[in-house]
Amino acid sequence: MSEKVLMKGNEAIAEAAILAGCRHYFGYPITPQTEVAAYMAKKMPKIGGTFLQAESEIAAINMVYGVASAGLRVMTSSSSPGISLKGEGLSYLAGADLPALVVNVQRGGPGLGGIQPSQSDYFQATRGGGHGDYHMIVLAPASVQEMAELTVKGFELADTYRMTSMILADGTMGQMMEPVALDLEVKPMPAKPWATTGTGMKRPHNIVNSLFLQPEELEKTNFERYARYKTIEENEARYEEYRMEDAEIAVVAFGIAARVSKNAVDEARRQGIKAGLIRPITLWPFPKAPFAKALTHVKSMISVELSMGQMIEDVKLATDCRVPVTLCNRVGGMIPSPDLVLDAILKQAKGGN
Amino acid sequence: MVVFQKPHALTDTPFHYCPGCTHGIIHRLVAEVLDELGIEGEAIGIAPVGCSVMAYNYFNCDMIEAAHGRAPAVATGVKRADPTKVVFTYQGDGDLASIGMAETVHAAARNENITVIFINNAIYGMTGGQMAPTSLPGQVTQTSPYGRDVKACGYPIKVCEMLSELDGAEYLERVTVNSVPNIRKAKKAIKKAFQNQIDGKGFSLVEVISSCPTNWGMTPQAALKWIDEKMIPYYPLGVYKDRSAEKEAQV
Amino acid sequence: MKTTQFLFSGFGGQGILFSGKVLAYKGLIEEKQVSWLPSYGPEMRGGTASCSVIVSDGAVGSPIVSKPDVLVAMNLPSLDKFESSVVPGGKIFADSTLIERKVARADVKAFYVPATKLAADNGIPTLANMILLGKILKELGEFTPEGVEAALKKVISAKHADMLEVNLNALRLGASL
Repeated sequence: MSEKVLMKGNEAIAEAAILAGCRHYFGYPITPQTEVAAYMAKKMPKIGGTFLQAESEIAAINMVYGVASAGLRVMTSSSSPGISLKGEGLSYLAGADLPALVVNVQRGGPGLGGIQPSQSDYFQATRGGGHGDYHMIVLAPASVQEMAELTVKGFELADTYRMTSMILADGTMGQMMEPVALDLEVKPMPAKPWATTGTGMKRPHNIVNSLFLQPEELEKTNFERYARYKTIEENEARYEEYRMEDAEIAVVAFGIAARVSKNAVDEARRQGIKAGLIRPITLWPFPKAPFAKALTHVKSMISVELSMGQMIEDVKLATDCRVPVTLCNRVGGMIPSPDLVLDAILKQAKGGN
Repeated sequence: MVVFQKPHALTDTPFHYCPGCTHGIIHRLVAEVLDELGIEGEAIGIAPVGCSVMAYNYFNCDMIEAAHGRAPAVATGVKRADPTKVVFTYQGDGDLASIGMAETVHAAARNENITVIFINNAIYGMTGGQMAPTSLPGQVTQTSPYGRDVKACGYPIKVCEMLSELDGAEYLERVTVNSVPNIRKAKKAIKKAFQNQIDGKGFSLVEVISSCPTNWGMTPQAALKWIDEKMIPYYPLGVYKDRSAEKEAQV
Repeated sequence: MKTTQFLFSGFGGQGILFSGKVLAYKGLIEEKQVSWLPSYGPEMRGGTASCSVIVSDGAVGSPIVSKPDVLVAMNLPSLDKFESSVVPGGKIFADSTLIERKVARADVKAFYVPATKLAADNGIPTLANMILLGKILKELGEFTPEGVEAALKKVISAKHADMLEVNLNALRLGASL
């Protein structure tokens, strides 16, 4: 392993993107993700890449659409209100089956909201974010090391499945520094014979397009896309289990909420309570396996979120509502404390809801 | 002996445009230029949302269909991905001057080295004839049934005049295609707009005053006449900016 | 497993984040697990700022320090805000140039360092933070000249290499108190 350096989560994303071969970044300033843009602005000109501060989030995502059409690795980053603006482009990227990486360092909402951490864009991210039937691969890092690793993974998955990968982080993940090792393995980019790189008068023209006026044809593209999604659900779900072997109470949390929950689980174990943690790393596809396994011994679950309860719906779906699932949350930029999560665990241990 | 044939840069797909619409002429001019400059194989075209939404089926070069108004941003991405390629957008007035105004202005301000073919027919054609940002004062449309009232919905936007104030823009010319001499002039302008890109000169936009007989409610002939009588007085033809020529003139 | 949670607090501009960074790097060099988390937002521009640093022998859970073992208060609002959060038996380091009152709690150990005045008297007015950090490391038994120098080298960019020596001197000064 290479020497570890201390890096902010946002910077780790930027550096990992460059390591993954991304040479085009388009963005618009918004707190708390601006370090990504700043890092790119500094680095890209020195390595022959493009950093462009776009006139809007909308323009930025469409510049991403252009580079993706040309078959190169490309990314943009923003925070919640900016991601809403990108929603149009996300839908078009999906409709045209283009690979791209989009980073959302979430802040509190709705509206202009605040600038402190949040996870309240879970629905927006896992259900697509724009109009139409589609998904993005949603990756939720819980450490700076994962910010880097999942960025590389995000590019790879995007290329493999011709779709958008989203890094769904939050203000804490973006701003915190932790040691990170950057000797990341990067697989070579697959060939992209569909890219619009000029025919060179050697092949029929390629068309990047999401318009299908014949409903039969449009239906076919949707069915095909969802067949691909099924493969992804089967092969790409990722998660971490922590002290789940004999757990009777399962805390479910991702990102910063998972970090907080680990402390609570440890404290509960110290107090003799059999608590464990399931940490989804992919939010779409939502990992089902650890829930199926947990149902053999878990009596109740607690979804810990920085939202009014969004992931909890997926937890209930993944468990077929066979155990009670309660919500433990703070919102608006507040973060649940380990004590708050511990209280929720203790309540469950006493059998109360 | 072949005296007239389809340019290679056009596919065999029949145009879907209404009878008398000038999109067909302008498509042909663009294709002829791609042929004559020998750049079809290096060209990537960006189609808009609007009547020419399916331009991707008509040009033989690689094509991208963009979201409404975003073609200049998409073109920026494509051009930045490989600056050796020739990248053009083909956009209508609603696409370029209404919903995509920010993308247009900023691509021009950056002097993005792309070619923009801007079709101004003073109406939204695809959706059935609504008021466009370039509809004339008093012009009757589906959404200005009593005529465009400038007090309520403002004045038409003169794109070439407006962009000419930007230091970034390289070349801006307004042409029309309502007569053979005008078609010849239009082709010259389009060719220059592509040549500029090849020469690395930067943002080149040709505004083509076009007709929409269907939504104007006229015969094709009357529509061509209306261009002369109504459109051109409001949108005078000519070169609004030619930075390289200005530089040469100064020397 | 030994874990120490630090909370640095003060005005924006006092070098709160920088202190935290030096401490985190020192931990990293000593092969500990570390995390550093700033408060962010408008407070960066002169309001109250704080910075959580955790140094641990094992994996760091939550990077948010809500119950610090060590509180560093560089102004009165920070002491007012965070004094009650310190764990019993914890340590509070206060810049006594800027904080006139004493720590009210009896179950923590308080250290009063006139860091801002010392910095001014020694011609290093911007380095009260390093004087305090020197004192903290000494009281924790963690001050080694090599350790802090190595950490400083990581934090101070090559462009500002001339700042290394003055920062080191400030740390030494703090450690001598």
